[in-house]
Amino acid sequence: MTAFVTYQNIFTRIQVRPPETYPGVALPPGDAAREGGSRFVHLFGRLGDAQVGPIYLGLLGVTSIFFGTLAFLIIGLNMLASVQWDIFQFVRQLFWLALEPPPAHYGLQIPPLRDGGWWIWTGFFLTISILLWWARTYRRAIQLGMGTHVAWAFAAAIWLYLVLGFFRPLAMGSWSEAVPFGIFPHLDWTAAFSIRYGNLFYNPFHALSIVFLYGSTLLFAMHGATILALGRYGGERELELIADRGTAAERGALFWRWCMGFNASFESIHRWAWWFAVLCPLTGGIGILLTGTVVDNWYLWAVERNFAPAYPQLWAPIADPALVQGAPR
Amino acid sequence: MRPLKLSWTAQALIALAGLLVLLIVIFTFERPPVRTAQVGYRGVAMEQLQNPRTARLIVARNQVPEALPAADPPTDDADKASAVYENVQVLGDLSNAQFLRLMQSMTEWVVPAAVREAGNGCNYCHNPENLASDEVYTKGVTRRMLQMTRTINADWSNHVAQTGVTCYTCHRGQAVPANVWANNAPNRAGLVGPHALGQNLATPQINYSSLPFDPFTPFLLNDQDIRNLSTTWHPGQNQDDVRISEWTYALMIHMSQGLGVNCTFCHNSRAFGSWEQSPPQRLTAWHGIRMARAINTDYITPLTPVFQANRLGHPENPNPLRVGPNGDPLKVNCATCHQGVNRPLLGAPMLREHPELNMVSRAPLRTSEAMPVNGATRN
Repeated sequence: MTAFVTYQNIFTRIQVRPPETYPGVALPPGDAAREGGSRFVHLFGRLGDAQVGPIYLGLLGVTSIFFGTLAFLIIGLNMLASVQWDIFQFVRQLFWLALEPPPAHYGLQIPPLRDGGWWIWTGFFLTISILLWWARTYRRAIQLGMGTHVAWAFAAAIWLYLVLGFFRPLAMGSWSEAVPFGIFPHLDWTAAFSIRYGNLFYNPFHALSIVFLYGSTLLFAMHGATILALGRYGGERELELIADRGTAAERGALFWRWCMGFNASFESIHRWAWWFAVLCPLTGGIGILLTGTVVDNWYLWAVERNFAPAYPQLWAPIADPALVQGAPR
Repeated sequence: MRPLKLSWTAQALIALAGLLVLLIVIFTFERPPVRTAQVGYRGVAMEQLQNPRTARLIVARNQVPEALPAADPPTDDADKASAVYENVQVLGDLSNAQFLRLMQSMTEWVVPAAVREAGNGCNYCHNPENLASDEVYTKGVTRRMLQMTRTINADWSNHVAQTGVTCYTCHRGQAVPANVWANNAPNRAGLVGPHALGQNLATPQINYSSLPFDPFTPFLLNDQDIRNLSTTWHPGQNQDDVRISEWTYALMIHMSQGLGVNCTFCHNSRAFGSWEQSPPQRLTAWHGIRMARAINTDYITPLTPVFQANRLGHPENPNPLRVGPNGDPLKVNCATCHQGVNRPLLGAPMLREHPELNMVSRAPLRTSEAMPVNGATRN
């Protein structure tokens, strides 16, 4: 081992290449064997681990991929149908096309397929797929003897997904409240959602969600940068440094005490990051769930609670012309 | 570790991809400088953006044509166009000189340049053998358009103020104004898909968003309720869902595009619905929506049979079709007059130089084909 390890680089400079690919730890009896060969891919090694395979899908993985593919195909075929099965237009307008939820007058009924029914079944299949994949992350972690932290973080994201597409429509009494499956359509839905409910900016749970979103990126940058910067002292050996603080841990801690007066430990930084990431969709989901069900206009709600400030007017105030008697509508 | 060695092919592909990204960046984004003008109280992000480069182009596009020498009003009844010519129905109160001046001005404003330059300007609306004849359909349409102009200037001063409009405000030397709309719902009957929702078809009127692509039929032809924000935070009083609010959103995007302004030109975006916090322009725009609706229902729609009978347009100027893909006539929206500027023709008071337009008679026409069904003027 003669390589001089530096971390002042965008790409990973060190590709550890064992004589042959690593098959992985032995799993408990009853688990199927991992399938397919394994090999090294140099370009993958620039970003992450160079080894690809062997893979293990199992029953949960295969069924999840099956239902996910089913949902993906139904969405795609509906988009294709909406451009009269014209492949050229499908490619050209792909970002604009969508599978829309049913119209409001169906309420929580299951409408005919061509009138939003496809949306219901697609949502059903996609949810099955996601839940199966969650079960897979949980089960794989157990089988490897790991903790289940990844599965619970994934569950936080699933909570937000279910609030948007299932719990809130259920509470509002109509599937039409849900988000369309489409690229621009779901973005336009998001903007219209905020406008319709009086500006989500004044929704405190939305604010919390943004704190945790931006906080996550900040913590991620701080942590990644700290560990890379401590690389020359062995700072990447984080687990050893939790219990046995070496010079890397001491220097990192001192740096942050100097910069912000307080520092995480080599253990707690990971809990900070995990909670920030998980709280982003958890609080966001609460904010969405309250919108329309408990609060119909967040701006007016904030005015009543005195945290939406009033600003001086720069022009003579105008009155609502519709209130003038005899005005056209 | 092996150094990464790329083949020439790979290097060429990477260079091409880089070039493509560069082209997309250049052609997608507006080149600076973008100047910001603050229009609201500090800290509320109410500002208007303008690029001096595009502003120069806008000025060049919105020049008013030079007016002909003024004509004297009629001295006595014998001088009136109604006495001089036969079959004068809406311009009878003009003097002969004023009548001829307006005819010449309208030829310049509305008749396509190619027809004009070929010396056929008059024939665009008249039979040269018998100028009094109504056989060319454009003449009947022009009568109603003159009455419409008069209605706008007389009854809609809450939108057009004293600036007013002329034929040129919309037509700009073309028989069909550049910005018009018709029902463009594609026929998707029998297919699955969002056929019933009127969404997810990129059109320039809604700035290529995936919002409803025809916000004009509900709001500028019919009078569906534009408002869907709740006036209280308590839930359960407002049945409009997000999808319904997308229709309003689409109309607002059209207004923003048509007038070349941001949302904050008319709204404080922290509370879109609040009139107390809105700039006064919102009131003008509110009347403008009603004005466009009145034009479409009282003046354009009643002409539907005329346009359908002449869907290919005038033989001298067959493009574009005078009806939309679903057979309804080409109608007006905000962009028809505004053409990307918040004050059409940059606010030039063109009407002042054309007093003839204020002398148009709004009495019912003797030729009935172009009259509205109810004949009522709505304001």
